[in-house]
Amino acid sequence: MSRVNRATAAQSLSVSLTVGAYGIAFGAASVAAGFSVLQSCLLSLLTFTGASQFAVVGVLGAGGSAISGIATASLLGVRNTLYGLRMAPVLQVKGLRRILAAQITIDESTGVAISQEHLGVKAARQGFWLTGIGVFIFWNIFTLAGALGAQAMGNPAAWGLDAAVPAAFLGLLWPRLINKTDRLLAVSACALALAMTPYFVPGVPIISTALLALVFGLRANLWR
Amino acid sequence: MEITTFDPLWLAVIGTSLIAFILKYLGQSVPKSWLSHPRILKINSLVPIALLSALVAVQSFTKDSRLIADQRMAGVAVAVVALILRAPFPVVVLSAAATSALLFKIQ
Repeated sequence: MSRVNRATAAQSLSVSLTVGAYGIAFGAASVAAGFSVLQSCLLSLLTFTGASQFAVVGVLGAGGSAISGIATASLLGVRNTLYGLRMAPVLQVKGLRRILAAQITIDESTGVAISQEHLGVKAARQGFWLTGIGVFIFWNIFTLAGALGAQAMGNPAAWGLDAAVPAAFLGLLWPRLINKTDRLLAVSACALALAMTPYFVPGVPIISTALLALVFGLRANLWR
Repeated sequence: MEITTFDPLWLAVIGTSLIAFILKYLGQSVPKSWLSHPRILKINSLVPIALLSALVAVQSFTKDSRLIADQRMAGVAVAVVALILRAPFPVVVLSAAATSALLFKIQ
């Protein structure tokens, strides 16, 4: 990687810092859900994909089994496979570099890379690596801070953490609700999960809503 | 600290991490034509909306498999207002937390 485009570097850094700060919310949510500080940090280091991490601690914190937590998190992680497909021809990496590239293939690194493509493939590549590594560093530092902070707090409800966690989710979700189908799906998923909650073991009502996404996806007009 | 094979939290940490990496690596490695059907892309973009919505609902309105309305509902309602007003992420989260904590203390 020779000279770094200034605009690319600036965008990578601002995305890294902004998104990294979400790590505080994750670290706090994870500890509030019963995970240790070490487990919270390992999730950020190894899983390293925000929505999946929030999902697994959310499901287990609500009393769900490990299997339903893993399944929910993994369904959310499938989009990283699609990002990888998109990025592979841009990055052209093999061996150890491909392993590193895979680990940092997330919403943000892919997003910045695509936004830099008009400056050429080199800028796209730099955007991917700078953003991926930047988010990785800040996400992990802020996870530790959030986890330690939550541990020092005591009862999460006294600090409003029990509302902060769903609010953080909502913040992740909100920008994705672009059209009517998205909003209808969101409301339907809330209704289905709540209706199922009294009758099913925790975790099942959440993952069941993936079927709603399937139904909506099959019915959606792709060319609208 | 003792790590036992069947501790659900450790199982969740390791299982989630392993599958997350496999999913990422798969994308970097398989031919693009395998997974780029428009219908698959559409469904994949809708899955996070459904799952995250369900998580928000369950975390806001349930406790021990029961439906319940408590201080969390007020906190999340404030978050919705903040999001409608296009508030930045920290404001959304902190306003929800402050509302919920205040009601928790009053109760």
